[in-house]
Amino acid sequence: MSYNSDTADQEIHEVHIHRDDFGSKMGMWLFLFTEVLLFGGLFILYASYRFIYADAFVVAAGELDVFMGAINTVILLTSSLTVVLAIVALQKSNKKLSLFFLWVTVFCGLIFLVNKYFEWGAKFHHGIYPKGPALQDMSEGEVMYFGLYYVMTGLHGLHIVVGLAFIGFVMWQIKKDVITATNFQKLENSGLYWHLVDIIWIFLFPLFYLIH
Amino acid sequence: MANGTIAVPKKAAEVDFYHVRTKHKGIMAWLLTTDHKRIGLMYLSAMSVFFLAAMTIGVLMRLEMLTPGETIMSAQTYNSFFTLHGVIMIFLFIIPGVPAVFGNFMLPIQLGAKDVQFPKLNLMSWYLYMIGGGLAIFSLFIGSGIADTGWTFYAPYSIRTTTNVSISVFAAFILGFSSILTGLNFLTTIHRLRCPGMTWFRMPLFVWSVYATSWIQVLATPIIGITLLLVILERAFGIGVFDPALGGDPLLYQHLFWIYSHPAVYIMILPAMGVVSEIIPTFAKKPIFGYVPIAISSLAIALVGYLVWGHHMFSSGISDTSRVIFSLLTFFVALPSGIKVFNWVATLYKGSIEMTAPMLFTMLFIFIFSIGGLTGLTLGALNTDLHLTDTYYVVAHFHYVMFGGMGLIFFASIHYWFPKMFGKMYNEKVAKVTAYWIAIGFNTLYFPMFIMGYMGMPRRYYDYLPEYQIYHIISTVGSWILVSGILVMAFNLINGIRKGKKCTEDNPWGGTTLEWTVPSPPPLENFDEIPTVTAGPYDHTHIHKQDRQEVSN
Amino acid sequence: MSNHNSDHSSHSEHSENDDGHIAVAHHPSYGINVLVWIGLLSLTSITVAVAGIDLGSLALTVALIIATVKTMFVINFFMHLKFDNKVFKIFVGVCMLIFIIVLILTFFDLTFRY
Repeated sequence: MSYNSDTADQEIHEVHIHRDDFGSKMGMWLFLFTEVLLFGGLFILYASYRFIYADAFVVAAGELDVFMGAINTVILLTSSLTVVLAIVALQKSNKKLSLFFLWVTVFCGLIFLVNKYFEWGAKFHHGIYPKGPALQDMSEGEVMYFGLYYVMTGLHGLHIVVGLAFIGFVMWQIKKDVITATNFQKLENSGLYWHLVDIIWIFLFPLFYLIH
Repeated sequence: MANGTIAVPKKAAEVDFYHVRTKHKGIMAWLLTTDHKRIGLMYLSAMSVFFLAAMTIGVLMRLEMLTPGETIMSAQTYNSFFTLHGVIMIFLFIIPGVPAVFGNFMLPIQLGAKDVQFPKLNLMSWYLYMIGGGLAIFSLFIGSGIADTGWTFYAPYSIRTTTNVSISVFAAFILGFSSILTGLNFLTTIHRLRCPGMTWFRMPLFVWSVYATSWIQVLATPIIGITLLLVILERAFGIGVFDPALGGDPLLYQHLFWIYSHPAVYIMILPAMGVVSEIIPTFAKKPIFGYVPIAISSLAIALVGYLVWGHHMFSSGISDTSRVIFSLLTFFVALPSGIKVFNWVATLYKGSIEMTAPMLFTMLFIFIFSIGGLTGLTLGALNTDLHLTDTYYVVAHFHYVMFGGMGLIFFASIHYWFPKMFGKMYNEKVAKVTAYWIAIGFNTLYFPMFIMGYMGMPRRYYDYLPEYQIYHIISTVGSWILVSGILVMAFNLINGIRKGKKCTEDNPWGGTTLEWTVPSPPPLENFDEIPTVTAGPYDHTHIHKQDRQEVSN
Repeated sequence: MSNHNSDHSSHSEHSENDDGHIAVAHHPSYGINVLVWIGLLSLTSITVAVAGIDLGSLALTVALIIATVKTMFVINFFMHLKFDNKVFKIFVGVCMLIFIIVLILTFFDLTFRY
């Protein structure tokens, strides 16, 4: 890395090479807003149906395992911490430690998905799924609850998968020394994405699991 | 002045972007380019094809309405046609139109930048646009036929119909993604790549309007994204969130749909208003009147645009309280739009007006858009809306604001930036004639719809009572005038590109913004040297001074 | 810690002048992040514990307040917003504002319809 910070804007003739970490972070934040509003649409639906079917939501939430939800919350919070620690480690030029922390994040993410798989599996087993036998006997409010439950946790799970892929890509680039102590914006961006996924879960957890 | 002559050997930077040597050759030089100018032109060519297709469908629909009963197509075909016409026109032409073509081409140059912030992402947006457009067309030929829901895909019908709704909806979802990425790119570009001295209030007004538009693209499009995904999930798995049979509330679909689609109206019109604010000072040879109010009103329109979506749902059964609130808020939108129109007209006052083709289109826009805007107020008022809702009055209104607004300005933009984009010139006389031709056709086509609508002719019907026939005949004849005008205009432009006379001056119109300081067509990275800006964007004295200096030298 | 903070503020002033092309290492140390994490875990246990008590209509409010506080921690420390340029704070504000406006306006319909 022969980066000279005084000539940050140096141009290579044929190709327009232009490094702008601040701009890249700005792009990432703007992208996060689109994610916020993507889930925002679902949160509006959730709020509406909870308002319309307040009692049914309490009944339906009884089907969910608070303990599982809480464990998953702890797992995600921990994975968020390790991403931040990975950034700190890389900035202190400790590549190995940084990669270790990212491995922990990936591990946490996978555990989260496994838990989710068992949670969904149990519901399917009891016939609680769209058009499922048990769900058809339930009230309209409960059908709405589970419809939203599957869409929101499903979309969230999909974001975990994307986040893991993003972090995996970043790890590969750290290994290849593309992302370094002086060029870490991609790592930070993957962290921002992962934290957003965490924040969404911070809201999903009380809204779906903690209704009594 | 080393332009144009072949004998003078050019430095690499002076070769225009068409002829500069790039890594890839031939068609790949276009398909793999990250140059914002080429991407803009790629949007332009794709968009022209989509526009012509949707226009043809529109003409066929008008032909069907020539006589009561079945004229040339069945009711089902008619349903599919108005859906397809709406989907293509709105998602493939009106929404991306001005920002994707002229925003891409001009915005970085107007800011004094070499490209957008994320050039690769920019290319990816184009591919997403093409995939989305391709899917929409693809849905024609497979399965059980084109969606027949109208472009709004209202639940619960969109959940129940057996036509290809899922694919059309997915196409719209991908197009939304393309739109989001373009918006994100422009926002970052405007924040990061302004040249030295280009403060916020020295940016051209076109940039301001694209800035406001981009915020809407980023903050509204995801909501329709998720809504459309839900429609697909409903159809595939029966989740039930919009299905009244399962306890869902279809009005929530309408809410979510219009939470995006009303702000989207401003995605359509704001960039066009920005272009007007560029064209008028150039041809009035006068600084724009009220620069700051126009700039701020763009942001205000973007914000207020989020508050009024309920006016699309007045007759749908939403609560009376919200109807009153939405109606009140709707009237506020008129304020910032009014500010703009007043400022444009005030700019003309005591200006030295040069009635070129782009200026003529712009003047016709102000006339037609004002009709569209004012008839919008009658629709925004609760009591009149209940009478007029879902009639031809609404059809006329939105064609006046959308086609008369965005469409005419799209034509004006092509004529305005044509010499810069192609380094050639179209036939000015023909261009002016087509402008009048299009305006006459436009009003003949859409004005009778106001009258029909007021009398009670409902929209989206392929049949009607005989007393409406005279208006339908006038309207259909209008469609022929309009379409022939557009075709002549297109022919004139294509002819201009192919064998128009060379226009290699940097600044043929006497424009004051930065794109007029670079060669026509611009070199690959626009500027040899990043310029430094020392004054506001519409400073004509500055231009004159430069001329005088050149003369005295 | 105070040392760190003053570094950050001077840095963000620089970035106002388009000096932020190359990001500079500026994350707080391991310690502060671990503290935030402990805070987040305790808030999680509080929200689970509170859910056991019958608060009636207040339950939702309490749950949302706790979730918001947790989010503030994540955004400000993990996502670094507290130490970042002002422009990002404005951005987040705009995004939240739009979402809340839309939610409120939707409820003008729902509350009076059901």
